[in-house]
Amino acid sequence: MTAASQRLIYKGKRPKATSIDWAKVLAHIILIAGSIMFLMPFIYVLSTSLKTAGDVYTFPPEFIPDPFAWENYPDALTAMPFDVFFLNTIMLAVGRIIGLILSCSLAGFAFAKLRWRGRNTLFFIVLLTLMIPTEVTLIPRYILFSKLGWVGSFAPLLVPGFFAENAFFVFLFRQFFMTMGQDLIDAARIDGCSFVGLFWRIIVPNAKPVFAVVAIYIIQNNWNSFLLPMIYLTDRAKYTLALGLRLFNEQYYSQTHLLMAASVFVVVPIVILFFFMQRYFIQGVVFTGSKG
Amino acid sequence: MGGFLRINDIFQPKRLSFWESLNAWIFVLPWILGFFLFTGGPIFASLVISFTHWDIVNPPQWAGLANYETMLSDPLFFQSLKVTTMYALVAVPLQIVVGLFVAILLNTKIRLIGLYRTLFYLPAVLPIVSVAVMWRWILSRDWGLINWFLSLFGVYGPGWLSEPEWALPALILMSLWGVGAGMLIYLAGLQGIPTDLYEAAKVDGAGPWAQFLYVTLPMISPVILFQLVVGLIAAFQVFAQPFIMTQGGPQNATLFYLLHLFRNAFEFFRMGYASALSWVLFMYIAILTMLIFRFSAAWVFYEGEIRNE
Repeated sequence: MTAASQRLIYKGKRPKATSIDWAKVLAHIILIAGSIMFLMPFIYVLSTSLKTAGDVYTFPPEFIPDPFAWENYPDALTAMPFDVFFLNTIMLAVGRIIGLILSCSLAGFAFAKLRWRGRNTLFFIVLLTLMIPTEVTLIPRYILFSKLGWVGSFAPLLVPGFFAENAFFVFLFRQFFMTMGQDLIDAARIDGCSFVGLFWRIIVPNAKPVFAVVAIYIIQNNWNSFLLPMIYLTDRAKYTLALGLRLFNEQYYSQTHLLMAASVFVVVPIVILFFFMQRYFIQGVVFTGSKG
Repeated sequence: MGGFLRINDIFQPKRLSFWESLNAWIFVLPWILGFFLFTGGPIFASLVISFTHWDIVNPPQWAGLANYETMLSDPLFFQSLKVTTMYALVAVPLQIVVGLFVAILLNTKIRLIGLYRTLFYLPAVLPIVSVAVMWRWILSRDWGLINWFLSLFGVYGPGWLSEPEWALPALILMSLWGVGAGMLIYLAGLQGIPTDLYEAAKVDGAGPWAQFLYVTLPMISPVILFQLVVGLIAAFQVFAQPFIMTQGGPQNATLFYLLHLFRNAFEFFRMGYASALSWVLFMYIAILTMLIFRFSAAWVFYEGEIRNE
């Protein structure tokens, strides 16, 4: 006890300017080494994407291309209709954002702020569906959509979005709306505001961050999604970027420089989105990770 | 983490308004329809389909338990189960250890911390197809980055994706590149630990290691449990990486469960057998998750919990 209190006193008096915090220096060293390790694959791929075909296969690898083969990018991107793939991906993202945000936020609102019988039971089912692996619903959904004649169109990827297929988003909206004060809502009700008006005029303007988070998640998921688009989009004219890149990978297997240029092209939009939206990316995880 | 369900917050009113209830049901209606059409319905349907032979084109034929019996004599079923289980057993704990280690480093108050956090998280947001395509090049035997790095130490690296004994370790290594997503969840958990616990530990003479062992680890254990379960479910859904990088080879060394299921369903159109595979996987994950929860009581600490010792 005495030793500890002495230490506390000493800590208070310690002169700041002369001491180097070796723990922090060590932390910086480890973090810089880690950052290099995490960035290295990127740099390697980026540099390969700018090399001429002859310079690709060198060992040890050269990180700075000589000469810079900027033509790899137009060459790779015109080898396949990447503009079409890009537009398809954007269109799917927009459709899914509209459908999922509308249906999931309304459900989340009803679960968070309205009083009705059956609410707890249904919300429990929402939580249960979070734990179901996608494999289990994969085949019956495919059969359903193939009987409807939708295989080959965007419908199997877009339509479920309008039916709040993502339970995680319902949960996220509900959690966020729960934290909003009841007073404002009660006041609006007393003033004769309808429930739709309440949602539109009170909830939405006050919950912009969570809408941003969900929109970002949808864009990211849509960019990354592979299995479902591959099953449903059988026509190349409807391919997304992910499917296009995979096709490119099969057909230009040996032309690594072009393949890397194409993958950089697929990665860049999401990296740009991430850098501008990283605050929201991180917020989204924090909502779910620590907030109750 | 403790307040995941917030049972206490659910306000129980004395009198329910009909108008309010009607509105609520209309708002939830899309989700209810979606549940029956795309989740609950399909789960039930897949169980029924698993007892049939069905190629979609011709009408289904009742098969009884035949699909489940086929599984017992399907060496690829056991191979895919083995590969996926091995991947889960090695990759998930490694992801937890590395993710937690990185999160603790990123929880220190030093300059440029925002930049470090961004750099470590970035790989987690990249499209999986691009990542797979890039890593096939990075893991290439003669020109890859990994083997170049090993050669600096005089080690002649293997053909990561072409030798059966190295293909799965290579995919595990690659998965560690994406620990950023888990790292952020740990970071949120770490920032929720009250600082006075550390102060108290310091007063009691605890060094950094003891603080980690007796404060950080118990306080973060619910997050670790969450990551364990989520990581396990994700491990059983690995698909794009083996599909693009190895096609399940060499010699089925990376035949992940979902890849086997996919081939049966969408290449051989054996919908009944594939549905049976999906149900066995569902049960397998459910049992593993239950076991984890069962044994979690011994090591997961919930704040405010009183233990019977």
